[in-house]
Amino acid sequence: MGLLDFFKRIEPDKKKSPLLHTAYDAFFTFAYSPDSTTQGGVHVRDGMDLKRTMIHVVLAMQLCYIFGTYNIGHQHFDAMGMYPGFLEGFHLKLSHGLIKLLPIFIWTHVVGLGIEFWFAYKKGHAVEEGFLVSGALIPLIMPPDIPIWILCVSVAFAVVIGKEAFGGTGMNIWNVALLCRVFVFFAYPTTISGDNVWVSGFADAAGTMSLNPGSVTDYSWWHTGLFNGLFEWMGLDTFKPGAVMDGYSGATPLALAYQGGWENVTNTFSQNQLWWGTIPGSIGETSKPLILLGAAFLLLTRIASWRIMFSMLLGAICMSMLLNLWGATPFMEVPWYFQFYLGSFFFAMAFMATDPVTAASTNTGKWVYGFLIGFIGMIVRVLNPAYPEGWMLAILFLNTFAALIDHYVLESNMKKRLASA
Amino acid sequence: MLVTTLFVIAGLLLIAAIISITDSFLQIEAKKTGIDTAKENFSLFPKLGEVFGPSVPESIDKSKFHVLKKGHDIKLTGGATGDIQAVQASRYSVKPTNYRGIAPIPKMLVAVGDEVLAGEPLFFDKQNPDIKFVSPVSGELVEIGRGAKRAIENIVILADKEVNYKKHETPSLADASREEIQAFMMESGAWTSIVRRPFDCLAIPEETPRDIFISTFNSAPLALDQNLVVAGKEAHFQKGIDVLAKLTDGKVFLGVDSRADNSGAFTAAQNAEVHYFKGKHPAGNVGVQIHHIKPIKSGDIVWTLNVQDVITIGKLFTEGVYDASRVVALTGSELNEPKIVRVRSGASVADVLKDENITKDQRIISGNILGGNVLTTESFLDARADQITVIKEGNYNEMFGWLLPLKPRPSVSKTFPNFLFPEHKFEVDTNTHGEKRAFVMTGQYESMLPMDIYPQHLMKAIMAGDFERMEGLGINELSEEDLALCEFACTSKMPLQKILRDGLDMMQEQS
Repeated sequence: MGLLDFFKRIEPDKKKSPLLHTAYDAFFTFAYSPDSTTQGGVHVRDGMDLKRTMIHVVLAMQLCYIFGTYNIGHQHFDAMGMYPGFLEGFHLKLSHGLIKLLPIFIWTHVVGLGIEFWFAYKKGHAVEEGFLVSGALIPLIMPPDIPIWILCVSVAFAVVIGKEAFGGTGMNIWNVALLCRVFVFFAYPTTISGDNVWVSGFADAAGTMSLNPGSVTDYSWWHTGLFNGLFEWMGLDTFKPGAVMDGYSGATPLALAYQGGWENVTNTFSQNQLWWGTIPGSIGETSKPLILLGAAFLLLTRIASWRIMFSMLLGAICMSMLLNLWGATPFMEVPWYFQFYLGSFFFAMAFMATDPVTAASTNTGKWVYGFLIGFIGMIVRVLNPAYPEGWMLAILFLNTFAALIDHYVLESNMKKRLASA
Repeated sequence: MLVTTLFVIAGLLLIAAIISITDSFLQIEAKKTGIDTAKENFSLFPKLGEVFGPSVPESIDKSKFHVLKKGHDIKLTGGATGDIQAVQASRYSVKPTNYRGIAPIPKMLVAVGDEVLAGEPLFFDKQNPDIKFVSPVSGELVEIGRGAKRAIENIVILADKEVNYKKHETPSLADASREEIQAFMMESGAWTSIVRRPFDCLAIPEETPRDIFISTFNSAPLALDQNLVVAGKEAHFQKGIDVLAKLTDGKVFLGVDSRADNSGAFTAAQNAEVHYFKGKHPAGNVGVQIHHIKPIKSGDIVWTLNVQDVITIGKLFTEGVYDASRVVALTGSELNEPKIVRVRSGASVADVLKDENITKDQRIISGNILGGNVLTTESFLDARADQITVIKEGNYNEMFGWLLPLKPRPSVSKTFPNFLFPEHKFEVDTNTHGEKRAFVMTGQYESMLPMDIYPQHLMKAIMAGDFERMEGLGINELSEEDLALCEFACTSKMPLQKILRDGLDMMQEQS
């Protein structure tokens, strides 16, 4: 208990330095669960609290993090035609991935948690755990080359306007992580759409990060200084200057499918690649089996709603079957089961749509909510060339209407009770 | 390939047709010999209801058998077993605060130093002067304890060694009118055990209840087995039901646990309709049972009573005395010897727990761990209490307690391995295991409450003070004990029972 005594001794004064106390309290309750006892009402409380809930969602994403780190590097070398095998140049891929991912992860949390702490201090309540999950989701849905300042601005926007303006964790209308992404999407469209943004580590002659023909590798001190030194000493391959292969486009499977249907996709990527996720895309959303493992974990622990996941799947299947029947464009003709090999459907299903705060809150409402996300998201994906993927917009759209769905469910419940009066 | 498949399907269909025809012959043969095939299935196939429907015992009408899928049983150490032991307490108290709906300073009928008989009126509420609150024992009134704003908290009586009862002239059930019976119950003190819903408060004499509901089992953690209570008092229980049946234009309903070995007093009760409930806690809550038997709609008023109070009423009408003796389960992991005792209502806690050494680190709860007042060794049992639970206080910090708890704790969450050990009995303390947060998780309360109610939305309606919504979402069907399990399971550590009571108070003021 020496450590506990130490913590209690360094507790800052609540009146003299409230900001410091807020921060202290956040870290203290992280290290030690509080000694508060039940007062009135129930005398014994369940062992579950919000911290535990949130950390389980973060745990469910860890496989996506590991694979995402690897895939950033894999795509980088793939663009140069180097190390095509899964394990070839593994250390280079991983270290390149870390160099890209860590700043995104750290800055997301510095900005997001900073704002959370500030608001907690201003409003005089404890720091709430909502950003644990948002902060873990945001890096996974960003392109690896996103400029840090854009990331910071969008995180600040999402947390301040999307969450704190409504009253903090539990009060927000829209999913914070998606709001962050939608802000980047509409404010800085060139950094998050098109074929050039999904593969990292290249810059053209003007110094802008891009995949244009003639772009060469853009390595930082971390590559050439730290890791090269380390790898040389260990006798491994090092980062060497290179250029994008001729004819490499960096297009995502969705873009290919839009141009020429399933055939066009399979000309570039094998089915295995699409399923396991060694394809260009946002950092953490490419590997379907790993996302499904995370989803299974959330379902087994009953943290995410199976109703939303299942009905969203149904909705997407329904719409893509309808589109198959219609078959006006090559993308519509992509068989419905192959639609799930493309894009980030599973990621949206497992981690985005199931956010309990922004989803419909009644069990009946969840069915409708999930189904409509699947249904509308597929429409946006297939029919609208302006948007590369539909789930972000479909989920935000249904977030807006979740309260309305609940309203009708509750109305019918109330009607039943009041009818016979 | 296609041809083979078709042949296989055709073959299967043929076999199915043969079986079906054989089945029909069996049915015809059964009917010829006079067997009712609707009751006894003489078919080769089970009926749809037999496969998917609940397994209802043959003797029970299906409309009176309710299977509740939602809820959760919290298993704890410190259950009380064995025979009922008689306990002598020297001091007793009647607490006006036990009766919701009366003024905090009632009008006293006796003064300190007076000698009272068991069943003699002590005080009444100024709004309803006919309802008398009576003494559970005979003895000397020694103290009137007052609390904040001079509200009367305790009326303490030093008990005689031998209890002397006040004798009543009982009206005959067959001849007396409803008004006469009601007047007698109010005068004799029996009225105070009737609880009115909505609002879970003392019954109002001017109202006639639609129905009267009695739950004959308690599904809460470590709760007292009501079969023990009724053993040997079957006649009094039946008499009590007969009395209650006179007080309503509707029916008296008994909720019976389908899983237990029930006393015949419950299952074969006359003048009452018996309904069976199968399910986890809160299946034994009378509010849940009302919801499934005949829900409270807007404008309805129903009454509820405990088994022990029905027995008291029965004895009053049989022998003319108000006998406030109660069977109480002394439970909880902190007791050296959990046991079942017989005392009178309002007995001193120190006397009831005289074999135990209660320290500051322990909490004495009047009732089960999901609700009830906190008692001290200086206080007295509540009027309707049939259980005392003693558990540890949980005022300790636990390193990474939210992530890697060192000690097993009850939880409905599947993030704990608890669901792998359904029979494990937990030792609990009063730690909150986390801090209060805004509503985040959804669907959690709904899975803990087997009623067609959306507790989270109801809570929000109460917080917003929206009366129409509160009523529409079913606040009138609930009392605190019904939401207790939701409050236990709440991830955000919300005080649901307190919010509900605020809402009920608001509704009561409006009506």
